[in-house]
Amino acid sequence: MTDAATESDKIPGSTPDAMKSAAGNAENGPVLAADGTPLKRSLNRALRAQKIRALMLIAPLLLFVLISFIAPIGDMLFRSVENQIVRDTMPRTVTALADYDAAAGGLPRDEVFEAAYYDVFYAAERKLHTRLGSRLNYELTGASSLFRKSGRGIDDIGEVYQDQFDDLNGDWDEARPWAELMGDPDWIAAQEGWDGSGRMPAFELRSDIADVLPRTAASYQIFARFMQVEEGDSPLEEEPWTVVHTALYQDLSERDVSGYTGPRADMLQAAAALVASPDFETVAFRDGFDEIDEDWVDPAIWQTIKTYSPAYTSGYFLNSVDMQKTPEGSALRDEDERIYGLLFQRTMFMSMVITISCILLGYPIAYLLSNLPSRTANLLMILVLLPFWTSLLVRTSAWKVMLQQQGVINDTLVWLGLVADDARLTMINNQFGTIVAMTHILLPFMILPMYSVMSTIPPTYVRAAKSLGATNWTTFWRVYFPQSVPGIGAGSILVFILSIGYYITPEIVGGTSGIFISNRIAYHISSSLNWGLAAALGTILLVVVLVLYWAYDRIVGIDNVKLGG
Amino acid sequence: MKLSKTLLATSALTVAAAGAYAAGHGMADKMTLVSWGGAYQASQQNAYVAPYIEMNEGVSASWDESSAEAVAKLRAMNEAGNVTWDLVDVVAADAIRLCDEGLAMEMDHDEMLASAPDGTSASDDFGDLIVSDCFIPQIVYSTTFGYRTDMVPDGVAAPTDICSVFDLETYPGKRALEKRPINNMEWALLCDGVAKDEVYDVLETDEGQDQALAKLATIKDDVIWWNAGADTPQLLADGEIFMGSTYNGRLFSAIVEQGQPIGMMWDAQVFDLDGWIIPTGLSEDRLARVLDFVSFATDTQRLADQAKYISYGPARLSSAPLVSTHAELGIEMAPHMPTDPNNAANTFLYNYEFWADYRDDIDAKFQAWLAQ
Repeated sequence: MTDAATESDKIPGSTPDAMKSAAGNAENGPVLAADGTPLKRSLNRALRAQKIRALMLIAPLLLFVLISFIAPIGDMLFRSVENQIVRDTMPRTVTALADYDAAAGGLPRDEVFEAAYYDVFYAAERKLHTRLGSRLNYELTGASSLFRKSGRGIDDIGEVYQDQFDDLNGDWDEARPWAELMGDPDWIAAQEGWDGSGRMPAFELRSDIADVLPRTAASYQIFARFMQVEEGDSPLEEEPWTVVHTALYQDLSERDVSGYTGPRADMLQAAAALVASPDFETVAFRDGFDEIDEDWVDPAIWQTIKTYSPAYTSGYFLNSVDMQKTPEGSALRDEDERIYGLLFQRTMFMSMVITISCILLGYPIAYLLSNLPSRTANLLMILVLLPFWTSLLVRTSAWKVMLQQQGVINDTLVWLGLVADDARLTMINNQFGTIVAMTHILLPFMILPMYSVMSTIPPTYVRAAKSLGATNWTTFWRVYFPQSVPGIGAGSILVFILSIGYYITPEIVGGTSGIFISNRIAYHISSSLNWGLAAALGTILLVVVLVLYWAYDRIVGIDNVKLGG
Repeated sequence: MKLSKTLLATSALTVAAAGAYAAGHGMADKMTLVSWGGAYQASQQNAYVAPYIEMNEGVSASWDESSAEAVAKLRAMNEAGNVTWDLVDVVAADAIRLCDEGLAMEMDHDEMLASAPDGTSASDDFGDLIVSDCFIPQIVYSTTFGYRTDMVPDGVAAPTDICSVFDLETYPGKRALEKRPINNMEWALLCDGVAKDEVYDVLETDEGQDQALAKLATIKDDVIWWNAGADTPQLLADGEIFMGSTYNGRLFSAIVEQGQPIGMMWDAQVFDLDGWIIPTGLSEDRLARVLDFVSFATDTQRLADQAKYISYGPARLSSAPLVSTHAELGIEMAPHMPTDPNNAANTFLYNYEFWADYRDDIDAKFQAWLAQ
């Protein structure tokens, strides 16, 4: 267009386009459509309408693919970095650990133990502590039972204070006095008047209590809200958790409450006097944790919490390349724990071998299929498709019967005298078994694209080459084979990509040396529940496939792949 | 948007209608039970599901044979906010895991389950077998060894000692072991001179784990590693292996029901438990139905009845004297139970707490060792 426009300056009216543009230039305005709007806009509008219509037509499919395919995969892949559980379950501890130097070792400050006390207590009430324990157990052996035990034992710390306050005045272990001390009078009235239908009136703290007893107020508020929302119980009838007593002790030991004149002032003054007396028994948080389990006074657990406190972690990815996060940074795992690198290599190697065996076995069959008279070809085609319609498990188990040491092949070999009875061949529960069984299972995926490409190669080319004096080999290699390459390409991609994701067949016939990375992914999904690690392994596998696909496109060219004529 | 609203409205209506119906009865009339399939599920169906349905007209139960993947599936259902299972049969270790993850409901065993006929409370009747607050024990099974009686070398006594698994000289031939560290590591240590009560103390240490793997390495070339409980009976029947570990009920059916030349070597059998868990987040009517059913299905008589169909020991103390004969073959079941005194001369108790902690760590080592 630009060329035409420049040319039109010299030879006006030489082409219709140029003529129009020249006319436009002459009038110094845009070209107008019949209804007077500029042509460009009118064209855009028409195109936009068309585009929207096209989009609407494919919208159901697009939405289906997005919702049922892309979104779940995205969600699963996201788990490979997601690590909010530590932060969500132990928010106070994570904050308190901010200046803890994990690499230096040693125990964190007392404030961290205090924060952990409150976190573990609330988590245990919400039954979230064991979930965090399972998560941290992937990184630190023993975390699972440590958290389970702590959920049961965390009450002991608060009970020391609860018992003493209770001995002083039984009201400290009653629901009502606590509610009067902490609750807003209007809320108490509303809660009393609540008839059991509709929503319970939400708990409100009394206006000034948070200034007098900040920790206790915060702790009691969490308790009251939990009772209302999770349990559906009235805080007026539930005695508070022991954590509230701990908070009360902390407040009374730090603050002067003599000026307090609100409800239950006497009770509070008496408690303050008790706390101030030298007989009052206290438990340091650190000692309390030590009492629950000595692992709490081992730096390892704090280093792990600190290392995994960010909301996102590279830990799963490091894990899936046989590395681990340590306080000093990432490091290789011990030699006897490295497995994924080996499995990735093995998966790639065996998939290649399977693909190549499929090409070698499939090519002659596809050639035969496309060159036989159609009646025979159809019969052969059914033989190719028949195993396709048989259950995968049945086919794999059939290979077991064939290949095992007391199996058909070994029996035949022994009968023929080719193999001694006590030296039967081991053909299953190893790489060989996996390769044989998978080659058989994936063979149709190789033959079908090859066949559909070969059947479009005109036989006249071969005849022409021969009539020009080429030998059979030259005809095949120089004329026929190059035209069948797109079929090989399509078949190889299909077989290779299918085989690196296989896990049922290797699980059954692979033994220990013939299993794939997918077997470990399946294990982490269904047995160990380490979905983060499974997602990381899956992501790596996906990336490897995409890279291979890209390389294939670079080397062979994806345009050269044909699934059919 | 509109479609999803319509769908929501429809499902809300359905739920409301179902709720209104159920409210009349207080209990849902459909249950989805999850179990393992095969002979075990059939024993459950015969012993208590069929009788329960007969007693409660209009109630139906459907099975989902997903127990092997129950933990993962239940987690996925829970995340999707749509738990379709009402009662799930799992092994004890999975029950602990599900309880930890908050996916199984905590139970008050005494309040929710039937007492023994003599009035003993459910928690006393089950005793130590309640390994988790969420777990309702059903049966005791064991993982033990079976061997081909016709492949025992001439002039050698049949194996009666767990260490014959590691003795390739006296008992040549392949072995089948499960493709996971649990049980194998313990057996290896027992046969490497570690005392029974110290096994887990030793296995806690890196050296102990290496010691167990070293012992297993002595037979590594002669081991076929299995994943499914049915593998070992098949391998034994085909003569592929001389001896292999599996669940005792599988061996029972190979020996008694199929007449295979297989002998049981009960030595150092590892007891494990199987039982029910109730998923969290069931609606009130479904929960009411499930509790009603589970209280019936785990009472003393029903658990004893189950032993007519499969050779697993009932989990209640009070059921043991009621165990009678096989429903079809008419043979006495008691001698085939893992808990029978003759079989339980030397047993090993699986340590759930230990494996909950060390499973990830030792499994990584074990799999790396296998892959080498």
